[in-house]
Amino acid sequence: MSGYDFTLSGARLTARPSGALWWPDEAVLVVSDLHLGKSERLARRGGALLPPYEVRETLARLAAEIAATGPRTVLCLGDSFDDLAAAGSLDPADSAELARLMAGRRWLWVEGNHDPGPVEIGGTHLAEFRLGPLAFRHIAEPAARGEISGHYHPKARLSLRGQAVSRPCFLIDACRVILPAFGAYTGGLRCDDPVLAGLMGPEAVAVLTGPAARAMPMPRRG
Amino acid sequence: MAPLPAPFQDWFSARGWRIHPHQQDMLARADAPALLLIAPTGGGKTLAGFLPSLVDLAGNSRQGLHTLYISPLKALAADIGRNLRAPVGEMGLPIRIEDRTGDTPASRRKRQRADPPHILLTTPESLALLLSYEDAPRVFAGLKRVIVDEVHALAESKRGDQLMLGLARLQRLCPGLRRVGLSATVEDPPALARFLAPHPGGCEILTADPGPAPDISMLETQAPPPWAGGGGRHAIPAILNEVRRHRTTLIFHNTRAQAEIFFHDLWLANDEGLPIGIHHGSLAREARERVEAAMAKGDLRAVVCTGSLDLGIDWGDVDLVIQVGAPKNVKRLVQRIGRANHRYNAPSKALLVPANRFEVVECAAALEAVRDRQLDGEPRGPGPRDVLCQHILAGAAAGPFEAGALYDEVTGAGPYTGLTRAQFDACLDFAATGGYALRAYDRYQRLISRDGKCQLRDPRSAARIRMNLGTIVDTETLKVRLKNSRGGTPLGEVEEGFAATLTQGDTFLIGGQVVRYEGLREMVVEVTRRADRTPRVATFMGTKFATSTQLSDRILAMFRQGRWPALPGHTAEWLALQRALSQLPERDRLLVETFPHEGRAHLVAYGFAGRNAQQTLGLLLTQQMERAGLHPLGFVATDYATLVWGLDEITDPAPLFRTETLREGFADWLAGNAVMKRTFRSSAVIAGLIDRMTPGRRKTGRQATFSSDILYDTLRKYDPGHLMLEITREEALKGLVDFGRLEEMLARTSGRITHVPLPRVSPLAAPLFLEVGRVPVKGAAEERLMAEEAARLMAEAGLG
Repeated sequence: MSGYDFTLSGARLTARPSGALWWPDEAVLVVSDLHLGKSERLARRGGALLPPYEVRETLARLAAEIAATGPRTVLCLGDSFDDLAAAGSLDPADSAELARLMAGRRWLWVEGNHDPGPVEIGGTHLAEFRLGPLAFRHIAEPAARGEISGHYHPKARLSLRGQAVSRPCFLIDACRVILPAFGAYTGGLRCDDPVLAGLMGPEAVAVLTGPAARAMPMPRRG
Repeated sequence: MAPLPAPFQDWFSARGWRIHPHQQDMLARADAPALLLIAPTGGGKTLAGFLPSLVDLAGNSRQGLHTLYISPLKALAADIGRNLRAPVGEMGLPIRIEDRTGDTPASRRKRQRADPPHILLTTPESLALLLSYEDAPRVFAGLKRVIVDEVHALAESKRGDQLMLGLARLQRLCPGLRRVGLSATVEDPPALARFLAPHPGGCEILTADPGPAPDISMLETQAPPPWAGGGGRHAIPAILNEVRRHRTTLIFHNTRAQAEIFFHDLWLANDEGLPIGIHHGSLAREARERVEAAMAKGDLRAVVCTGSLDLGIDWGDVDLVIQVGAPKNVKRLVQRIGRANHRYNAPSKALLVPANRFEVVECAAALEAVRDRQLDGEPRGPGPRDVLCQHILAGAAAGPFEAGALYDEVTGAGPYTGLTRAQFDACLDFAATGGYALRAYDRYQRLISRDGKCQLRDPRSAARIRMNLGTIVDTETLKVRLKNSRGGTPLGEVEEGFAATLTQGDTFLIGGQVVRYEGLREMVVEVTRRADRTPRVATFMGTKFATSTQLSDRILAMFRQGRWPALPGHTAEWLALQRALSQLPERDRLLVETFPHEGRAHLVAYGFAGRNAQQTLGLLLTQQMERAGLHPLGFVATDYATLVWGLDEITDPAPLFRTETLREGFADWLAGNAVMKRTFRSSAVIAGLIDRMTPGRRKTGRQATFSSDILYDTLRKYDPGHLMLEITREEALKGLVDFGRLEEMLARTSGRITHVPLPRVSPLAAPLFLEVGRVPVKGAAEERLMAEEAARLMAEAGLG
C-alpha cells in the first residue's frame, strides 16, 4: 500500500495518497473539507459561474476511497458543505450518489465553520467526535493531544533541483494530525504559514498527497 | 484643398515650420469615415491625427466630447496631452484637453463623466470601462472623431480586439463618427485597414514619405560576445564610449531581468558618473516617472529600458538607440530605431549589440532585413471569443440590450466580421448562464431575459464585471518595498513565484539596486539595501517574443555559406567549430544531437520554428519519451532549438519525430499540458469565468482561492464540449502552442532527420543550458526524484 503509516496516541493510522485518513482497527475513514456545493453557493451569491461539477468529482473520489478501504464509519471532518443552503441544493443525481455511499455504514458529519448546523441529509451531526484515544474536530485546539482536524487545507512545496512541486499535505506530529482538503474546489495554505508553524511541533512531518503519499520534514520559514 | 485657418497658418510660420504634405492630406480628408495614416516616427504623425479636430473645434465653439484619442500606453496619453496643450495654448484656442487612465484620480474620472472635455486622451481599458456605465450614451453624445495611435501595436494583442468592439459600440452611439489610425511600422497595410474599418465600409490608407534609411550597424567590441547567455556585459566599455559620444542614448533590452543586470554592471563600470537611468514595466510608477521627467529635461545621458519605451513618447533628444540582444523581429527593431532622432528627414542612428555568438548571426540577419525594408509579422486570426464574452458582460453592465442588435454591432468590428450568429449565441449563453451542459441549478443565471432584452439578474454584479474588465492578464505579482518604520519606499514588483523561492538573506536586483529579502508582510516583499553580495536575479515576467519566420529563414540561409565574411571572426570560427564537431542545421533537414551532460542524457532538436513552436515540440517529445519509459525530466526551448533532458539515453530519436506520432500525440497532449492551463487561465479571466486577483482579495485567506487548473481539469472531465475549452484550444493554437509553425517545420524537413550522437555538449547547444524558463515534466521521473528527495530530507532531519 502506498499510504504513510504512523501512530498517534497509540492508534495505528494511515495517511492515504488521496488525502483521506484511514484507521484500520476501527474501520474509520476520515475526510475533511469537502466543500460540496461551492459552485452553487458562489452562483447564488452573484459571484462567478464556476463549472457545477465539483460535487460529482468529490463524491467520485470519496467513492473510490470507500471502495478501497471498506469503512464501517465515514467521518467528514467539517466544511463538508460550502454552506448550509448548499447542502439543500444538491443536484438530484449527486444527492442520490451521496445516499448510495452512506447506505449500510455509520456516517458522521462533524460541523465546520462553513456548515455550523445540522443538514437535511442522513447521518449523524456532531460538534466533535471522540473514539478511543482520538478526538476529531474541525479546527485544531493548540493544547489538544491525539487530535485529528482539518480546516487549514495545508499544502507543502518541495524543491527538486530547481523545479518546485506543491501538493496538498497532511501535517503530523506527536499530538495531532491536520488533514488536507479532500474537496475538488479547494485551495491550500502553505504549511510554513505562521498559524500552522505555531500549531505543529518541531518534529512535525508533512505527508504529500498525489500518486503516492510522501513524508518529508514539515517545511518552515528560515 | 482646404486652406489652413489663419491661427494655424500663423503658428506654423512663427516657428518657421511648414505643414507636412501628409498633415495637409489628413485635413483634406477630414470627412473620410475611416483613415489609416502610415508615417515615420518624427513625421508629425500625431499632429496630423489631431489637426482636423483642432481646426473643427477652433471654428465651432461647443460643449461636450468632440475627439477621443486612444493610445496603448498610459504614459503616452499623458505625454500627448502635454504636447497638444502647448500649441492649443499658443494659438489661444478654446479647447479643453484631458487624459483619463487607470492612474487618473477617481474624483477627476467622475467629473469627466459629468462634464467631458473636448478632447479625451485614454487607453482601450479606460474606454471599455467608460462604455460599461449606464451614462455612456450621454457621455459620448456628439462625439465626432476617434484617433487610435500606434494602431499596429494594439492590433498585436487582444487589447486591439477589445478596442474595435468598443469602437463598434461608439459607432452605434454616434453614427457619424470618423476614425483615424496612426502607425509608423506596418507590414501589411490593407490588413490593418480592415482591422480598423467600420464594417461594412472601408478604410482609406494614406502613406507619408518614409524618410531616409536608418544608419544602423553592429557594435564592434574589443571582447567577443560570450559563448552563451550574456546580456551584453562584454560590450559595456564600448557602449559607455558611445554614450559619451552622443547626447542621449536609449539602451533597449528584450527582458526586464536583463535590463536590471545590465544596468547594475553598467553602473559599476561608469567611472565618470554619467547620469544614466533605468525604465521598465516592473518598476514602481514613482521610479518610472522620475526617469521620464529627467529624460524630458535632458538630464540623462542614457536610459536602460525595455518595451516600456518602444512606443510613442517623444522625450528628450535621443540621438542613438542601442539594441542589446537579438531583436527577434524586424518590425520591433525598426520601431526601436525610430526612437532616435525624432526629426523628419534625418536618418535614425542605431547599433545592434548581440549578447552572445548565436545572436551575432541573428543580428546580421536583422541588418539585412532592415536594409531590404522588409518587415515581418504573423497574420491576425479572427477576433478571440473570450474578449467577446467580456464585451457582452460589459454591455449588460451598461444596461439591457437586444441580442440581435448586439450581434449586428459586434460584426461591425473588423476582427469579428466573420463571427456567426451561432458562435455569438454560444458566447451570450456563456455570459448568461455559464453555458454548462448540466442545467440543474436555476441560480446559474447572470443575465435574464425580460421584454425581449437581456439584462443582469442582479444589478449589483455590474460592479464585479467592471472590476474584471481588460484583456491584460498578468502573472500574479507582489510589491517590493524598502523596510522601514514608515511603510517604505516602493521599488517595484516581482512575480509571486519568484518571491516564493526567496528566503531571508537572499539578494536580488530591482531598479538597479541589490536588495536583501527580509520577509513578506501583508503581501508586500520587504527588503533592505545591501550591496555586498552577488545578487540573485528577479525573474520578472517578460513577454518572450518568438523570432519571426523571416529572420529564422535568413539565419538558415546564412548557415549554408561556406565562409562568413560578414560575421565577426569569433562567430565565424564558432560556426566552423560546430560544423567540424557536429553539423550546422539546415532548412530542409532536422538536426538532432544527443549527448550526456552532468549525469543526465540530453537531446537537442534544431527546428528553427520560433520559441513557442519549439516549446510545443518539447512538450510533445517529452510525452513520447514518457510513454516509451525514457524518464524525461524537463526541457527548455529557444527560438532555434529544444533541449530535453532525462534519466535515460536516447539511441534512436527518429521515431520520436514522426509527424503522425507527433500529430496523434497532439490531440491528447493539447488537453493536459501546462501551456493549455496557462492559456485557460487568461481566457477564463478575460471571459469573466474567474475573477482577477486583486491584492486586497489575496490578502484574505489564501486557502479560499484555488488554482484555475482545477477548473480546467473538471471541465475536461465533465463538460468537454464547453465553450471555454474551445476558446482555450483556439487561443493556444495561435499563441503559446503555435502548432502552425511546428507543422511548417515538420513539412519542410519532411522526415529527414540527421542524428549526431556526441560525447559532450556541442558548440551550438551550449547556450541552451543558460536559458531560463525550464519546463518540468510531471511524470514518473518526477515521482522518482521526489521519493529520493523526501527520503533524503527525512534522513537528514533524523526522522526516517
